[in-house]
This record gives sequence, C-alpha cells and structure tokens, in this order.
Amino acid sequence: MLSKRIIACLDVSGGRVVKGTKFVALRDAGDPAELARFHAEGGADEVVFLDISATRENRTTLLDAVRRTASQIFVPFTVGGGVRSFEEAAALFDCGADKMTINSAAVVNPKLITTIAKRFGSQAVVVAVDAKRAGSSYGVWVKGGTEPTDRDAVTWAREAQECGAGEIMLTSIDQDGMRSGFDCELTARVSEAVSIPVIASGGAGSGGHFIDVFTKGKADAALAASIFHFGLQNARELKQELQKSGIPVRLPC
Amino acid sequence: MISLIDYGAGNMASVRKAFEHLALETEIIDKPEQISKATKLVLPGVGNFKSLEKLEQTGMRAAIQESVARGVPFLGICLGMQWLFETSTEAPEVQGLGIFPGKCARFTETPRSLHVGWNQISFCNGSSRLFQGIADGSYFYFTHSYWCPIESSSSATTQFQTEFAAALEKKNVFGMQFHPEKSGDSGLRILKNFGELPC
Repeated sequence: MLSKRIIACLDVSGGRVVKGTKFVALRDAGDPAELARFHAEGGADEVVFLDISATRENRTTLLDAVRRTASQIFVPFTVGGGVRSFEEAAALFDCGADKMTINSAAVVNPKLITTIAKRFGSQAVVVAVDAKRAGSSYGVWVKGGTEPTDRDAVTWAREAQECGAGEIMLTSIDQDGMRSGFDCELTARVSEAVSIPVIASGGAGSGGHFIDVFTKGKADAALAASIFHFGLQNARELKQELQKSGIPVRLPC
Repeated sequence: MISLIDYGAGNMASVRKAFEHLALETEIIDKPEQISKATKLVLPGVGNFKSLEKLEQTGMRAAIQESVARGVPFLGICLGMQWLFETSTEAPEVQGLGIFPGKCARFTETPRSLHVGWNQISFCNGSSRLFQGIADGSYFYFTHSYWCPIESSSSATTQFQTEFAAALEKKNVFGMQFHPEKSGDSGLRILKNFGELPC
C-alpha cells in the first residue's frame, strides 16, 4: 500500500538551518547537509530545504549546501524558497535537487509552473501555498506569509495543478510554529479539490497531530520541522506511533 | 563502467550520484557508437514518453537494441522501464523497444492521478538477481502517472488503483518503475547488485 510520507523540513538562511515561529524569531540549528543526512537516516521519507533568506546575496551559499546534501542522501530531496525564474529552478536541479518548490513567483506568473514542468517534469514541481483563514475560506499569502493576495487557497491549488504542478505543499500560516496541530479543515478542502498529492505543513507538535492530518485532513504527506529539530522525536519514532493507529507508513526504515 | 544514456530529458545527476556513492564508475553517453562500446547500460528517466523519440532520432535506439541482443546488461528506470514495452498511451506515436509485450496506460484522475511516494513491492518469484538481499514487501520510491502491465517477466508488482509491474527481469534486461537512486538503502542495494553483474 502507498504509505503516508513524513517529510523533514529544514528552514535554511544564509546556508545554515534555522527554524522560525510564525516566520520570525530564528534560531540557528546547524549545517544543512549534516542535518539532512541525520533526518534521512532517522527514517524521514524525504528532505526539504526551504530557503528563507530575506535577501538574494546568499544564493551561492544555498546552492553549495544543496550540492553537498544531494551527494549524501538517497531519498527524494526538494529545495525551494524565493525561486523567481526558470533559471533559478534549473540551478537547483543542476545542484542535485529532485524537486523544487515555487510560491510567490507562481502566484504572480502561473505560467512559470508550466515552463518548469515542461522541462523537468511535473513530478519535480511542487507548488507551495501559504494559506490564512479569512472568515469561512482561506486566502493565499505570499512573500513568506507576509503579504495577502486576492486568491482563494482551494481555487489556486486547483489552478496550480492545471498549470502542471506535481504536488501541493500547503502551509497554514495560522498554525505554523504553534505546535497545536495542523489545520485539518484547510488540508481536507484542498486535498479533495485536487488529484495531485497534498503535503500538509504548519502546526505539528505531536504524533496525534499527524494522525489527524492523515485521516481528517486527507493529506498524502506531512511536513515536520520543529518536532524533529530539537530531539523530540525522529521520523522512525513518529512512524511507529502512526503505524499503531493504522496509518500506512514506510517501516522498517 | 556503467554507462548512463542521456536523451536530453530528465535528471541524470541523481542516478550518477548513487552509483558514485557505491564506488561504481559511471559515464554519461549520448551517441550510438558509445552505446555499442558500453558494457553496462542504464536508461534513467523522468518526464514524458515523447522525450524518448530522441533515442530513435539519434540512432541510439538501434544501438541499444543491438547491445541488448548481444547480452549487455541493461537497466531502465521509471520512464526507461516503460520504454521497454511496445508503446505508451502518453505518446502512441513513439515506439518503445518492445522487449515486453503491451503498452503503458495512465492512472485514472480520481482521487489521485499520480502515484507519488513510497510503496511496497511483492516479488513474483524469489530468483531475481537485482533483488538479492532485499526483503519481499520492501518499500521503494515511485513517482509516475503511467503504469506498465504485468507479464511473465515481471519480477515484482505493486498496487495503486490497479496491480502493475514494479520491476522486470528477462535475461540481461531489467526494469524498475520505482527510483532505486531515491529509495534509500534498499534502492542502493539494487544498484550495487546491477553493478556487480558479470559483463
């Protein structure tokens, strides 16, 4: 049976791993390549780097980290954050990324999804959607969750799929960094609206939260950042807990 | 030496890195004469079946056919495995190698049109050379929207919407629908087994 994926996410800034709470208050937590290997060996099904640098000057540092990481891990490796153009996406693939995520630039120009997918395949293009509750629906926010748009999250996810996205990485801005659980309502709405996998993100704080997002939230995969970072659990321990609740996971791993 | 066939689509880097990690030497080739000299061939692949027409246009298809007939070990990964069949509904005008009968078909749209993630494989028999050291029921990483039919040379199957071929093995010809280069230790073991096959 196809398993639910647990994806280790490393927020990278200036070539170092950091983790934000509500996208601010950074805390240095180490070398990206070392941590990526640590997570892959700890049973993570995939590893994601999200570059959250505010400026472009550290792009070379990021590419260097991507290159070093790609030669050390043999599970799917995704890199994103701040990708604005086809050339920037191509540079990530050149350095060994298997997939890339695109967010703000795709909102401005959805055709960019198509251009990248045509060259590298849909399986390599993950569209990241940052959503924030607005009344009974969810709006799309861009620029690291700091700027609202007039787009609806569910409609945008469907449009991204039509443009050639292979997966949707859906982050709840409301829940991000709270460790009080994923937004299962948001996740289920998007998951039911698309036919490509949905990766839930934002709010993980316990194994129970993952069970909820895979059942109530209908997620195909879930991103975990903070729960891995400071030794709470590794992916293997988390999966053992999920397996006991009947969630299909890759074990042994 | 393991020769990776480049046909201008997809990412050769990850397959190459995996072999290098195993201390197996690789080269990337894109000409018929290079294929004819190769002692072990790998056709990696992601993307569209249509991109494989480049193999025909460049004369590489005929060279591969000739090498395979001579007994050179050949491994097709993902799209590279699909190409071993007659064709695919993704691009019916593009001819596959036709070593295995039948054509590749698309998954249905709902609820998920792509098979993405780690899935378990079931062995069809215990004698696969590439699965030496791998347990039946092991997980591998898949990412595809077209699937290959099961036939007598299938060495493993998997289930998503329907049961389909996860791996093939017929004399010197091998196919993997999943990505061994992205499937952790189990995947690396398969590549090692391929690398250690006698030339």
